[in-house]
Amino acid sequence: MTYTTAIFYFFAAILVFAGLRVITARNPVHAALYLVLAFFTAAGLWMLLEAEFLAITLVLVYVGAVMVLFLFVVMMLDINLEKLRQGFWDYLPVAGFIAALLMIEMALILGSRHFGLDVIGAPPPHPADYSNTKELGRVLYTEYVYAFELAAVILLVAIVAAIALTLRRRKDSKYIDPAQQVRVKRGDRLRIVKMQSTPKAGRGESGE
Amino acid sequence: MRHAIMQFAPVFPEIFVLAMVSLILVVDAAVGHRQRHLAYGLSLLTLAGAAFLTLRGFATAPGLTLGGLFVDDPLSDVLKLFLYLTVAAVMIYSRDYLRERALYKGEFFVLALFALLGMMVMVSASHFLTLYLGLELLSLSLYSMVALHRDSSVATEAAMKYFVLGALASGMLLYGMSMVYGVTGSLGLADMAAALQDGTDLHIPLVFGIVFIVAGLAFKLGVVPFHMWVPDVYEGAPTAMTLFIGSAPKIAAFAFAVRILGQGLEPQVGDWRDMLVILAVLSVALGNVAAIAQSNLKRMFAYSTISHMGFVLLGILAGSQSGYGSAMFYVLAYALMSLGGFGMILLLSRAGFEADQLDDFKGLNRRSPWLAFLMLLLMFSMAGIPPTVGFYAKLAVLQAVVGIGYAWLAVAAVLLSLIGAFYYLRIVKLMYFDAPVDTSPIAASADARVVMSVNGLAILALGIVPQPLMAICIHAIGASF
Repeated sequence: MTYTTAIFYFFAAILVFAGLRVITARNPVHAALYLVLAFFTAAGLWMLLEAEFLAITLVLVYVGAVMVLFLFVVMMLDINLEKLRQGFWDYLPVAGFIAALLMIEMALILGSRHFGLDVIGAPPPHPADYSNTKELGRVLYTEYVYAFELAAVILLVAIVAAIALTLRRRKDSKYIDPAQQVRVKRGDRLRIVKMQSTPKAGRGESGE
Repeated sequence: MRHAIMQFAPVFPEIFVLAMVSLILVVDAAVGHRQRHLAYGLSLLTLAGAAFLTLRGFATAPGLTLGGLFVDDPLSDVLKLFLYLTVAAVMIYSRDYLRERALYKGEFFVLALFALLGMMVMVSASHFLTLYLGLELLSLSLYSMVALHRDSSVATEAAMKYFVLGALASGMLLYGMSMVYGVTGSLGLADMAAALQDGTDLHIPLVFGIVFIVAGLAFKLGVVPFHMWVPDVYEGAPTAMTLFIGSAPKIAAFAFAVRILGQGLEPQVGDWRDMLVILAVLSVALGNVAAIAQSNLKRMFAYSTISHMGFVLLGILAGSQSGYGSAMFYVLAYALMSLGGFGMILLLSRAGFEADQLDDFKGLNRRSPWLAFLMLLLMFSMAGIPPTVGFYAKLAVLQAVVGIGYAWLAVAAVLLSLIGAFYYLRIVKLMYFDAPVDTSPIAASADARVVMSVNGLAILALGIVPQPLMAICIHAIGASF
């Protein structure tokens, strides 16, 4: 067993453990922290695949930004996990059976008999001066610019949808548009009513 | 490092639609609350402009551009033109409905156009990446359109179901795609077909991948046994959104299926044909039988969609150019029928009244003989009764199926559609022979009535003279494969 193989199994074991703990931890904050661990070990595995840029992005974006946000949300929301987990043990036998079945099927097909190194050769390792970042940057805006722009449009849809679904104007809001206030004219607020002046009844008589 | 300068001309319709959506987004945010009709008018203008650009750059032969991610061929151009027409009809039908339910907002039009953009991307995709991105763009827009009616708990539930099952389907599709990539070493459809042409010794992983792709596809098309979401989403969503989901995306889903199975995995037709046979038979059976028990028209149409999608699969599984051509004819005819069916519900609805129950159609003949006649045409067409387009569409698909020696499949499909004819004809009976329950006047606007008349008469006209459209379909398929 070479050093990289040992590293791979070490990381893979941690990843599986962390993944299991994400769904079994009682405390949602712990679950989120285990997810951080899972991301981190996955990044380590990607590093072994010579995908250095993606590995670092995973740590920076997912661990650094997304999971921190997640932790905040989890801490702020009062989630009752016991309620969410009701029926877990009832569903477990069926779900576990199906999961085991899927695992066995996948192992049969994706095992070394069909996808092993003797069937599909290992890709040649890149030289030390090979830059993963440069390679990605080279194709991202050239060959794959269409897909890249489409991904951007999908993000735009996400923004539009999120705003459309959550922005609510309160009905009892007393908000006044400042521009309208500035533009207001005398005629909008003040109404001068011409009235006939009438002498007060009784005064004339008393003057006599 | 040099790169050939990319051809942008074939992508002009997509670029135009994206630019216009962005414009509508900004304009609506600035003046939308004062000028309600602006987004609506601009959206129709966008569709007209995109149709003009597509017609001007109409392709005669397939041409790859943008690094092989995008293909411009007659198939994509014809389907795009039909997409514009369908989306325009959706907008005209749903305008009054949306206004009466406080949904007449810029977001509806923006999301609908984003969905259209996603469909256009799917229709002219030649690469797994673009197929998937287009599908996601379409799906995300549809999820949020269903949820747009925020105060309705039914709509929110429908959106949630649609989202969760749709995400699952996307996951399956991606997993299948990754398997096929592992076997062929290519994501481009043409390279994939070329790699598979010589045969592969990785047959089992390939079939494994195809199973996942077909399952994901079946989810998106809504065919049995991946149909669970269809009735709930169709019933729960506001009718305008149901109309949208039930019409244009079906055309895009057809293109998606034909591109993956017919172009990329064409050499493996023996592998996926049997999977589609099972899906098609189950869909036609369940769709027709379960629809009988429904009293909600939207739910009934949902089951009817399932059976119609089964018929589309029958055409695709023939695996020949005439098969794809007949499936294309079927899906275009179905889009027309679905537009009419849901459009009629929208026309009869008014503020506080959905008109989505079977009883709401009782005695329609006495309230409006013309609308009742159009609905009669629609129902005859859905049931497949001549001389409507539905009959010819079914005939063409069945011919293709018999052509590959699956006569039993054609017989089964015909027998099951006969069962389905019952619930379509029940609506005709309700309209013509029952007394009206609701006697208030029909408040449909003039333009919606005109579009509905054109829609209904097109079903009759295409049924009497189907050859031109059929010739277009056969030509589009023939020149693109």
